[in-house]
This record gives sequence, structure tokens and C-alpha cells, in this order.
Amino acid sequence: MTTSTLETPTRVDFGARTVVLRVGPFSQRFPLRTLLVSLALLVSTLAVSVAALCLGDLPLSVPEVVSALLGQQSGIVETVVVEWRAPRVLAAAVFGAALGVSGAVFQSMTRNPLASPDIIGLSAGSYAGGLFVIIVLGGGPLLIAAGALVGGLAAAALVYVLAYRKGVQGFRLIIVGIAISAMLSSVSTYLVLRAKLEEALTATIWGAGSLNPVGWSQFLPSLVVIVVTFAILSALVVPMRQLELGDDAASSLGSRVEGARLGLVLCGVALTAVVTAAAGPIAFVALAAPQIARRLTRSAGVTLIPSALLGALALSASDIIAQHALPVTMPVGLVTVVIGGGYLVWLLIHETRRRP
Amino acid sequence: MTRVVEPPPITSATLPANLSPAGRSTLRRRAFGLAAAVAALLAAVVLSVLIGSKQLAPDEIWHALTAYSGTEADQIIVDLRLPRTLVGIVTGIGLGVSGAVIQALTRNPLGDPGILGVNAGAGLFVALGVSLFGVAVPAQYLWFAFVGALVVTVLVYLVGSAGTGTADPVRLTLAGVAIAAVLTGITTAMTLLNDTLFKALRGWDAGSFVERGLDVVLPATPFVLAGLVIALFCARSLNAMGLGDDLASSLGTHIVRTRVLSVVAITLLAGGATAIAGPVAFVGLMVPHIARWIVGPDQRWILPYSAVLAPTVLLVSDIIGRVILWPSEVPVGVVTAFVGAPVLIFLVRRAKASTL
Amino acid sequence: MTALSRLAADNVTVGYDHRVISRELSVEIPDGSFTVIVGPNACGKSTLLRALSRLIAPSEGRIVLDGRPIASYKSKEVARILGLLPQTSLSPDGITVADLVARGRHPHQSFMRQWSTADEAAVLSAMDATGVTPLSGRLVDELSGGQRQRVWVAMVLAQQTPLMLLDEPTTFLDIAHQIDLMELFTDLNEQGSTLVAVLHDLNQAARYGTHLIAMKDGAVVAQGAPSEIVTAELVEEVFGLRCVVVPDPVTGTPSVTPIGRERSRVLRA
Repeated sequence: MTTSTLETPTRVDFGARTVVLRVGPFSQRFPLRTLLVSLALLVSTLAVSVAALCLGDLPLSVPEVVSALLGQQSGIVETVVVEWRAPRVLAAAVFGAALGVSGAVFQSMTRNPLASPDIIGLSAGSYAGGLFVIIVLGGGPLLIAAGALVGGLAAAALVYVLAYRKGVQGFRLIIVGIAISAMLSSVSTYLVLRAKLEEALTATIWGAGSLNPVGWSQFLPSLVVIVVTFAILSALVVPMRQLELGDDAASSLGSRVEGARLGLVLCGVALTAVVTAAAGPIAFVALAAPQIARRLTRSAGVTLIPSALLGALALSASDIIAQHALPVTMPVGLVTVVIGGGYLVWLLIHETRRRP
Repeated sequence: MTRVVEPPPITSATLPANLSPAGRSTLRRRAFGLAAAVAALLAAVVLSVLIGSKQLAPDEIWHALTAYSGTEADQIIVDLRLPRTLVGIVTGIGLGVSGAVIQALTRNPLGDPGILGVNAGAGLFVALGVSLFGVAVPAQYLWFAFVGALVVTVLVYLVGSAGTGTADPVRLTLAGVAIAAVLTGITTAMTLLNDTLFKALRGWDAGSFVERGLDVVLPATPFVLAGLVIALFCARSLNAMGLGDDLASSLGTHIVRTRVLSVVAITLLAGGATAIAGPVAFVGLMVPHIARWIVGPDQRWILPYSAVLAPTVLLVSDIIGRVILWPSEVPVGVVTAFVGAPVLIFLVRRAKASTL
Repeated sequence: MTALSRLAADNVTVGYDHRVISRELSVEIPDGSFTVIVGPNACGKSTLLRALSRLIAPSEGRIVLDGRPIASYKSKEVARILGLLPQTSLSPDGITVADLVARGRHPHQSFMRQWSTADEAAVLSAMDATGVTPLSGRLVDELSGGQRQRVWVAMVLAQQTPLMLLDEPTTFLDIAHQIDLMELFTDLNEQGSTLVAVLHDLNQAARYGTHLIAMKDGAVVAQGAPSEIVTAELVEEVFGLRCVVVPDPVTGTPSVTPIGRERSRVLRA
């Protein structure tokens, strides 16, 4: 060891304030900024959710809403809050979180900030599947959800299989995903073209992603799947980080590369598929949330929790706007697209260059 | 380890490569390939005139071409099929060449005219035209679409180069995706509020050659040809820029000028093509890749090959669209995805395809 | 002479896809040595290193670590014994130096134990040894090629493995940093680590290596102590280069001076 005249610092300088937590065998470090941003996002999401519970045809005050949630109200107020608005508000937050995480996983795996579950054909497949049910079979909400799920999963599976050649290389996955998405998209466009006007309108509204039909019966099963997937992902977070170093480095540091990748893909797909089945394909949250979260936390690569919280906030806020900002209720997906895209543009204009 | 570099003695082995037998035969091979592609295009043109939803005998066709006298057959040939074929050629040139230039400019193998927002811009302005000015036919859409494409491409370029003065490939792509998403969202929202608009745009969205006569294609052709000329002029510089800005500069390329000219070319080519036929996705993405796989990464060859291959692909797709669900027609935009996707997947699965 | 060896290739045939690089190759890495693998481009030295580090599986034969086939170990177990500095690596956007070095602690961490005091100490000493401590909070993307290389070496050091495999560790570095790094490796070797490095610089290999393996066309041409095997005949056989081998004026190890072409030179004043 070289002896130096400077005293070796006792704390590692990570370039940003870091909080270290050590309790017994448990030890973890958190960049301070990430913690604060996450907290701020959580608080904002809660505030927006409460606001969403208050707004509507029957305006309510915050104490009324809280007491209704606690089961102290009855009659119309209870119905409105607990049976109509609550599942929708909860769904907005949970689905938004699921989409944000899904996007983060895909962007980390493909090392491409433009990656999203859409690229592996998931949303195109769900859209085509749902469309098929609406236009060709004329089915109801449950069948549409099933169609979307089957369509999305089948498309994702097809893309994965076609991209697999002794392992899935990020680039090949993207190209095959684009190819399959384009095919499915064109089928969808054709179906919309040939359908009766009514059906075509319904299909387009569903296709833009809408939280309208989400009640407790749709939400609870989705919630279960999402929670389980989050649990699995928490075990895959560390391998995901290691994969960002390249397959060689990750492998030599003890990660099982292909196994981790498969697990990550399945989790990412499951999250998006479940949301799409319940609410239709909601664009842009999966793509934009991780990028916006990354810029806010100034972290290395994508971070899962901030992406989740930002997704939740984005979808909740978008749903309020979709319902109340315009004279006619819009599908929430249109709002997410406009806002998400707009914010990304704003960021691009104002981003200070940190690299020479 | 240093090595002294000295000019080698002049022997026959050190003549410049493009004069060596190996170089000459590559040139011959490429030229031959191009001639073959042109032959394929001519064959497609002939087929496009011959085939259609109404069966016509060869002598009727000959009559229409040489001794036009206003019979129904004559009208079909001269007023419908010939213009339609011309549309296919011009649109093909526009899409194929703009796709190649975008991929070279953004150094993104996933480049497609849609990435710079051309489709979204055209769509939005057409929507505005229909809802505000009541335009109803493709000939009227033309100028709205063109202006829309132009405005959006410029906007994307400005946003992509904001803050730093240079539009680096990643930012350009990100800006294009973001702006396109926003505009598409707005457009879809508009269609949900207005049934007439919905009907008009769902026809537009599929990308079609139907109802595109000479009144649509002829005004746009000069722009597409101008774009072609500019693109060919930039070919050499684009080659250099593919090596990275630093190296390109040192090779004498004027980076900003090349970028501006390229964007102008893209606008003219893609804008013109989309203005004529609506968004025909995928051709701009796929054809330059096929061209590159045939001739290698030399833009001086990729551009001409794209200019010939893309119309061929489009015409063949259009022909397929005419007959596959006879007597009804499938829009060409739908067919190209089905034709192109399998080809792209096949090519990407070959081992060497990971390099683009 | 070879002492006990922990890591060895036993009659392995390795290659990529269908291209075989080495056939029935057997190599032992002497424990406690600083083994350097040299050879011309595409002779199979990187392939051998990748096989030894379990990145590629041999189609025949096996790699043996501590008496067991390396394939029978769990990934993390191997990662605690073998550290690898790969030739090419990616650094995630926006990662800081300390963060990247800390990633090297992965084999010692678990779900609950993500940043123990041992981790902290290892990262600090690794950064200190490679001289990157002043760069600790900077973005890896902003560093020069040489600085980045040292950060990657620090990451491997933080892994604290008894064996280290280094694939061309001194590329991109200027001569002062090259020597610095080689001296650091020598220090580590003297403290008990076994190192296997692929080097292009024959003189550095001869000067710092305790055991040399010269390869050509996928096979071992010679192996042993540099002072014994580095001769003009060997260099000509392996590299096709005519040279003169003289003792290094500082260390006495063989130093290769190429002869080059016949020229008549005018001495400049």
C-alpha cells in the first residue's frame, strides 16, 4: 500500500449527499436527493388523489371524503366516494406506478432511454387484441380486457421468441419489437377503418387508454398481480443494476445474466399487460416517467421507486385533467401523451449540459 | 512503443484501393445491383398498371396508352392506375430517401420519417384543415399536410438543438418522439370531439393511394425531387458524419450546413410523401436497412438504392392491397407493415445483423 | 517453477459460435504468481482469459478452480474468488466514480447487506490504491480514457478477490500511469494475490511478470519465468519479429529491442 501524507477520508464521496443506514446486519445507502424527491412525489400523489376524490358531479370537501373512507358516511356520499371514485383514484396511482416501473425496467435492460414496453409489441398487441374483441366479436368489458391481455402477451412472447438467438440482445429485441408492433398497428388501423362508426369511436377511446370502466372488480385482481410483481422485482433490482455495467462485468461480479434478464422482461411485461387489460393501452407513462424521474433525482441510470412514484403522480394528475379540465371527458391516455411529451420537450430545451 | 511511419515505396500493391481490381469489381457489382433494382421497379410499374380490382385485357390497356378515346377501360388506366402508379413512385422516393437520410443524420438505425414528427405534424394540420376550413379531399389535404410536416420538422430541429446550439442525434430523436406524441394526442382528442373529422382522419391514418390522382401528386413531385437532389448532394458529407462529428470535421465536412441541408431534404421528401398519401409507416425505416445490407454503409449508394427500392416495395404492396381482399382494397400502409416486418425480422436474425 | 495452482485450464477447446480458437489447451496458473499472457493479435489470449473467468464455456475440457470444475460453482462464489477486468465495459449514464467502484462489492453483498463498513473500507482503499480518490464524486463520463480505466481497476480491486484476471489493463494509459498500475499490481502480488494479465507490451510483461505464457494460434508456445523463456528466438517464433534481447538496465529482466528494416541513417545533430 502506498503511504500518503493525506489522511484517507473515512466516508466515501459519492458526489452527492448520501444517507447510510446500518441496523444490525442490515445496511443500505440512499442518495439524499433521491430520498427527498421520492418523498415529495409521494406527498404530491397523495394530495392529488385526495383532490380527485373531492372533485366531480358531487363536489365534496376533504373532511367528508376522509370520513367516507373511514366508513362513517352513508348513502350517496358513501357510494360516490367508496364505490365510484376510490377505485378509480387508487387505480390511477397504482397503474401509474406499474407503468413507471415497467418502463424503467425496459430502459435499464436495453440501455436505451427510448425503450418502453411498447417496443416489444405489448401495447400494439393489446390494442389489436382489444380492438379485435370490440369490432369483430362485439364483446363487453371483461372480454375486451381478456382480448387485450391475450393480444399483448402473445405479441410480447412472439417478439421475445423471434429475438432470441442464444440470448436476447437489446438491439435485436428493439428491432423485432418495432417490426411486430408495426404489423399489429396496421391491422388495428385497418380494423378501425372497416368498422362501423360507433365501434370505431369506442375502439379509439379504449385505445387511448381510459380509467372510466375501472371499478373494484377490475382493480383488485390487477392490484394483486402488480403487488406480486413488485415483490419479485425487489429481488431483481440489484442484478438489474449490475447488468447496466455490461454482460461481462455483471457476470464476473456474480450475477446470472440471462436468468436475471428473463425475470426482468417477464416482470416488465406483466406490469404493462395487467394495466392494459384493465384500462387499455396508456401511452407515454412508461416511456417518460423513468426519464423524468432520472433527471429529477440526478441518479445513475434509472431508479425504480422514483419512476414508480412519478408514474403514479402523472397518471393521477392526468386523470383529474381528463375528467374535469375539458367540457367532455377525455380518455386519460390522451392527457398523458400530451403532458408527458410536453414535459419531455421542456426538459430538452432547458437541460443544462453537464458533459463537454 | 513508438513506430516511425515512413511513406511506403510506390509499388503496384500500394495503388489506391478504388483503382485496384478488388475496388473495380465492387463498383461493378453495385452498379449492376442498382440496374437490377431499377429493372425490378419497372416490372412493378408494369404490374401496377396491369393489375387492379377490375380485370382488363392487354389490348384494352394498349388502347388506353396509345389511342385514348374515353372508354371506361381507358379511364381506369389513364385516370386511375397511371396516376396511382406515379403516386407510388414519388411517395416511395420520398419515404425511402428520407428514411436513409434520417438514419444517417441521427445515427440511429431506428430512424424513420415519423421520428422527426413528419407524420404527426401532417396529421395535425390536416385535422385543422378539416375542422376549421372544411377541406374534404386529398388534393386539398396536400398543402395542409405539407405545411404541417414542415412546421413540425423545423420545431423538432429547434428543440433538438436548443440550449447547446447543435442537434446531436439523441436529442433530435427524443425531441421528435416527444413532439410527435403530443401532436398525435391533440389530434386524437380533436377527432373524438368531431365525428366528421374522425371519419376523415381514419381514412387518412391508414396511408393510402386511393383517390390520389394527378392533381395530388403533380404539385408535390417537384418538392420530392428537390429533396432528392439535396439528399444526393449531402451523401458524401453524411458518410463522414457517420464516423462521428470530430472525425467528420477533421475530414473537412461542414457539420452545421450538412445538418441543415439534411433536415431540409427530409422535410421535402417525407413531407411530400406524407402529404400525398398520408402516413405510410415502416417503408422509411426498412428500405434503407435493406439497401445497406446490400451495398454497405456508403450513403452515395444507399440513397440511390433506397430511391429505387422503396417505390418498388410500395408499388408491390399497393398491388397486393388491391387484390388480396378482392374486391375491397387494403390500404397500402397496412400492407407495407406486413411485407416489411417479416423481412426486417429475418434480416435481424442473421448473425451479422447486430452491426448497422 | 509452478507451485500449487488454484486455477487451471484442463484440455479445453474454446471458441466463438463455430470458430474454434484453442483446441485441447492445458494451462496452469501458479498460485501467488503474476502471470502474463502474451502473443500476437488474435492468438487466443483474451479467449483463454475469458474461459478462465467463466465468461465463455469450453466446448470440451473444463476449467478447474480449487479442484472443482468452475461450472459447478454458484456465480457469487466464483465472483468472490476471481475478479475480472474486462476489455470493454459500459458505464451507466450519470454514474459517479465512487458508485462504480462500489458496484465491485456485489459478490460480498446481499439483499439485506448493501453497504457494510467492510464495503466502505474496501471501496476507499481501492480508490486510494489506484489514485482515483480525488475523482470520487465526479461523473465517469467526464473522465479521460486513462482515468476511466483506473476507475475500472479500482472496481476490480474493491472486489477483493485472491485471484484477478486483467484483460489489457494498460490500454489507453500514458506511460507514467502504465507503470503506476503495473507497480500497483506488483504490490498486490507481493501481498498474496494471484494475477493473470493479458498484455501487449512485451517488455512490461517481462519486467513485471513472474510467469509468462506465450501463445500463438491458440496454443501455448512457451511458458515459464521471463528470464528463462524470453529470447530472441522465442520472439521471432511467436511474433515474427527479429529482435535483440538485452537485460533491462534497471531490473535486469529481458528487454526486447526490435531490429527493424535495413536502413542507412544520417545521424541528426
